[in-house]
Amino acid sequence: MALLEVNNLHTSFFTPAGEVRAVNGVSFQLERGKVLGIVGESGSGKSVTAYSIMQILASTGRIVEGSIKLDGQELVNAGEKVMKQVRGNKISIIFQDPMTSLNPTYTIGHQLMEAITLHTERSKKQAWDRAVEMLRLVNVNEPEKRMKQYPFEFSGGMRQRVMIAMALACEPDILIADEPTTALDVTIQAQILELMKSLQEELGMAIIMITHDLGVVAQLCDEVIVMYAGSICEQGTAEEIFYNPRHEYTKGLMRSIPTADTAGTRLQPITGTPIDLLNMPKGCPFAPRCDNAMKICLTRRCERMKINDDHMAACWMNVKAGAEDGSIQLEHEDPEGGEADA
Amino acid sequence: MPEITEKSLIEVRHLKQYFSINVGMFKSKPLKAVDDVSFAIRKGETLGLVGESGCGKTTVGRTLLHLYKPTGGEILYNGQPVQTREEINAFRKKATMVFQDPYSSLNPRMTVSDIIGEPLDIHKMYGSKAERQERILELMDKVGLNSEHAARYAHEFSGGQRQRIGIARALALDPEFIVCDEPVSALDVSIQAQVINMFDELQDQLELTYLFIAHDILVVRHISDRIAVMYLGKMVELADAKEIYEHPLHPYTKSLMSAVPQPDPRIARANKRIVLSGDIPSPLNAPSGCPFRTRCPHATEACAEAMPEFKEAAPGHFAACHRIAELN
Repeated sequence: MALLEVNNLHTSFFTPAGEVRAVNGVSFQLERGKVLGIVGESGSGKSVTAYSIMQILASTGRIVEGSIKLDGQELVNAGEKVMKQVRGNKISIIFQDPMTSLNPTYTIGHQLMEAITLHTERSKKQAWDRAVEMLRLVNVNEPEKRMKQYPFEFSGGMRQRVMIAMALACEPDILIADEPTTALDVTIQAQILELMKSLQEELGMAIIMITHDLGVVAQLCDEVIVMYAGSICEQGTAEEIFYNPRHEYTKGLMRSIPTADTAGTRLQPITGTPIDLLNMPKGCPFAPRCDNAMKICLTRRCERMKINDDHMAACWMNVKAGAEDGSIQLEHEDPEGGEADA
Repeated sequence: MPEITEKSLIEVRHLKQYFSINVGMFKSKPLKAVDDVSFAIRKGETLGLVGESGCGKTTVGRTLLHLYKPTGGEILYNGQPVQTREEINAFRKKATMVFQDPYSSLNPRMTVSDIIGEPLDIHKMYGSKAERQERILELMDKVGLNSEHAARYAHEFSGGQRQRIGIARALALDPEFIVCDEPVSALDVSIQAQVINMFDELQDQLELTYLFIAHDILVVRHISDRIAVMYLGKMVELADAKEIYEHPLHPYTKSLMSAVPQPDPRIARANKRIVLSGDIPSPLNAPSGCPFRTRCPHATEACAEAMPEFKEAAPGHFAACHRIAELN
């Protein structure tokens, strides 16, 4: 059994302007000790997916449908009491901005100890020792001295280390990292990514890495989910996603990144503007920006189809390719152009 | 000092920009945001300027346009100094800026046409209202904005479109030189590529010269002819884009280039990263001698004593490191 199973998750925000469907039928499984990357642009629903798992959505947001199972235990509608046991103990989260996620008026030690005493039966003394041990684990120098300092005395990279120490203090099974290095400089980002990788190997927790940076994904992740407009367009092992992308959006993303070969040439951007979640198209959400969109893309959303054992994609282009090379037989009685299973 | 050729459009000599920071009730201390930086940009060239936050790259861009009064040094435009009020005003018609944040750099109370038209108003660049309007529509067309949207406000546009508005504003005076201060870092990857292409196309069409400031090395390498690297207010290396990426000489540049997350799992995993220990020191307490010595894996005692000279190590390749000959 997978450690975390998310099935057909729908999360919406109910705003005065209407229902914003931030997450639309997301399903995935996370195995113990694996690193899963969720990539997508702003508004693609990658963070909302994570917040739904933790159930820390803004007050206007609600899980409308779907199930989230941790070790077989259903979390949707399980109630706040259960979630309090889950958060911090079994699943921890670190956020993008390490400045705003720490309380400026308490010492680092106070905040670390609070996280520890809240979730375990440790005494104050034991919590202090555990906090020092955690700071040492994330390579903070002179941890005893640092315990008595305030967040403003820490640099951005150091604060993110403290956040990681706090998140890992209760040995969670899953660490969700929501753009953990986006606010950091390149050389500091390299330090934090190295740290996360070595801690993952040492402690064996699973990581869900949420990022917009394909470079971070390439470096760290075993599996990758690509999201667009609240849905998963493609999912597979890092190798498959990077070297055999099978969704037009993923292909477009890969093409639009500058590399060593693009210097002096024009990039191939994805045309158009990001989608308006209040006005979702009927068919594939990416169709309005897709250069290869077909008639069916505008009217019908493509289900996720299996490309191979390590790879799924939701793109009609694969059906077209399959029909052309004969690996898929289309049924012709369907007037809308044929629905097929790979 | 970097090559000074006759064809240089912009030349900066020993530029210094210090800010006075209060460190006590009555005490202040100079923060050396830019300390003795010299470079030249040829006409039609893109010079990329990279470095981490607090290294002074944005300050270089702003001081260059006299948005701050330089503490020391010279700025030459077409070989002529830019110093007096008149010289600065004339210079600002030819040199403009595109800012990082397309959200805060556009006035929310002004329509798009007024935002783009403001430089025209300031420098009185039109004879009649119709002429002004015509110029605004022409500029909107040039950056790929729908001219029907001229009467809208900035909040009605997406990030990428807002950045286009900022670029149209920068182009209003027919400049020769544009300082692009992190113009794509607030944008999503797919939109970023559109805007980068537009910078490229505009450069070809209008023979523009860019100072392209960014922290994303993949972007800078794509767009730049040459790249300069800054650390704690000093320039540490300057060379052709391909050269500096493939054969960096300075230990800081080496670690910076190796730290770039490559969007390719096989390369990323095989890559030997040089992970630096420690954080960037505060510019208020910059180390003596070489500013990088506190994090440099090769630092010796000599590095603490004197600031290494910024000199030509290979043809067209400048670096400031005491141990450059031994390490490369």
